[in-house]
Amino acid sequence: MGPIIKVEHLKKVFQSSAGETAAVDDVNFSIEKGDIFGIIGLSGAGKSTLVRCLNLLERPSSGKVFIGDKNLPDLSEAELRKTRQKIGMIFQHFNLLMQRTVLDNVCFPMEIAGMKKKEARKRALEFLKTVGLEEKARSYPAQLSGGQKQRVAIARVLASDPEILLCDEATSALDPQTTKSILALLKKINQDFGITIVVITHEMSVIQEICSHVAVLDHGKLAESGSVEALFHAPKTEAARRLILNAGSQIKQMHGKRLVRITFSGQSSFEPVIGNVVLLYKTPLNILYADTKNINGKAEGEMILQLPEDRLTADKMVEYFRQEKLGVEELEDVG
Amino acid sequence: MWDNEMITMLVDGTVDTLYMTLMSTLFGYILGLPMGILLAVTDKEGIRPNAFLYKILDFIANLVRSIPFLILLILVIPITKAIVGKSYGPSATVVPLVIAAAPFIARMVESSLKEVDRGVIEAAMSMGANTTSIIWKVLLAEARTSLLVGVTIAIGTILGYSAMAGVVGGGGLGDIAIRYGYYRYQTDVMLVTIVILVLLVQLLQGLGMMLSKRLDKRRA
Repeated sequence: MGPIIKVEHLKKVFQSSAGETAAVDDVNFSIEKGDIFGIIGLSGAGKSTLVRCLNLLERPSSGKVFIGDKNLPDLSEAELRKTRQKIGMIFQHFNLLMQRTVLDNVCFPMEIAGMKKKEARKRALEFLKTVGLEEKARSYPAQLSGGQKQRVAIARVLASDPEILLCDEATSALDPQTTKSILALLKKINQDFGITIVVITHEMSVIQEICSHVAVLDHGKLAESGSVEALFHAPKTEAARRLILNAGSQIKQMHGKRLVRITFSGQSSFEPVIGNVVLLYKTPLNILYADTKNINGKAEGEMILQLPEDRLTADKMVEYFRQEKLGVEELEDVG
Repeated sequence: MWDNEMITMLVDGTVDTLYMTLMSTLFGYILGLPMGILLAVTDKEGIRPNAFLYKILDFIANLVRSIPFLILLILVIPITKAIVGKSYGPSATVVPLVIAAAPFIARMVESSLKEVDRGVIEAAMSMGANTTSIIWKVLLAEARTSLLVGVTIAIGTILGYSAMAGVVGGGGLGDIAIRYGYYRYQTDVMLVTIVILVLLVQLLQGLGMMLSKRLDKRRA
């Protein structure tokens, strides 16, 4: 079976008084069924435009958007509406109907699809149970917290029994604790319902928390894509590097001396690498930043080191790290 | 002055005023609501942009609103005669009132619907909702508070206009005020009609606001 989403030469140009700007510029990627696919980029990189092209809320200027074997821009309006019912979407600002109860919000997509009210309500309650909000069924959105609103939005998406879920900065308006719980819920939905999820975010931590694959968007262009581990250990492009280092923001202030970022995975975490290197070359080095992250259930470590000023020793140390199969990157150009 | 005849006249005048106001509001919305929906939907930021249709409706709305009501009242007499059969009395006044109110109502409906959060409309689109569903279930439902405030304003405005119809024998409290207060110098009768008009406006305004507040679920 082919990929569930396939984007070919996608381009979206906006006209403004200042001329044309390409928000999305010749982007290609494909997403396999059951993946949690992250699209990361700084604000203004074109992520939101890109994800809105996936359900044609934004009509591409050119290029193809395949959902299964259907190219969305080719569909008639009626066919497009039918296909959209299989592509759920959640938003940064939740976009719930404020004048409807929580239960009726979840009923909404089923109403649109023409389901009987009684049946819809019964199913809606089930989905509210799934997201842990059945006791709020009679409340109105204004009475809920941000995290609860997003849960209602997720229940509403589930109600249309989608194959794909698009998340447009779905956790950006939430605090870290709530973000974690929403991401956990998304992961659960991915596993229990087999829904393919596309996550748009500017936060590396969100990608690391739930995504299996990631694409880096930079000024409308796809800088690189691949597995989240590969991006974490060996980012190939400047754009990716910037996003990863943003995760530890204090690094910005560390430039000057020769800095390297080393990454550990799995078994290499058990070797006392730093101790070994100091003993071996009899020169101290400075640990500026260290962190362990959980990426898809595996512990992945990263460390920013300041190497000795003696160039020869520093080179040997880098060589040693490489032999130990650590990810090594020189950070001199970070500013 | 407080003989039975006077009281009967004032009661009849109040009933006539209410009749004109409520009938005109009703028919004003029958014409103005679809027009307002069309204006909101066909606007370039709307869910079905259509520059041509929008321009036409926009022009009609501005055209009618730029004619002073007193002049409109006289201008449409032939239409009034064709519809009601005569050009005076409360029923006849309803015709110019509707013609004047409909575009004004359409504008208020348009602006109420444009207040609906763009994100919520997009969410409905992303679920595959068609234009009709979005109009009924999203635009009108989400804007209901603002729409009801609009109804309240429309009733108040139409009530004021209906008093003006007294000049051409339109009936109602305005008619009484002009006949007794202006032509016969009976200031006391005029003052009583004014008090009744003020009370009516206050009552309807209060009722409308209470209803719209009760129906608003946006506050926790």
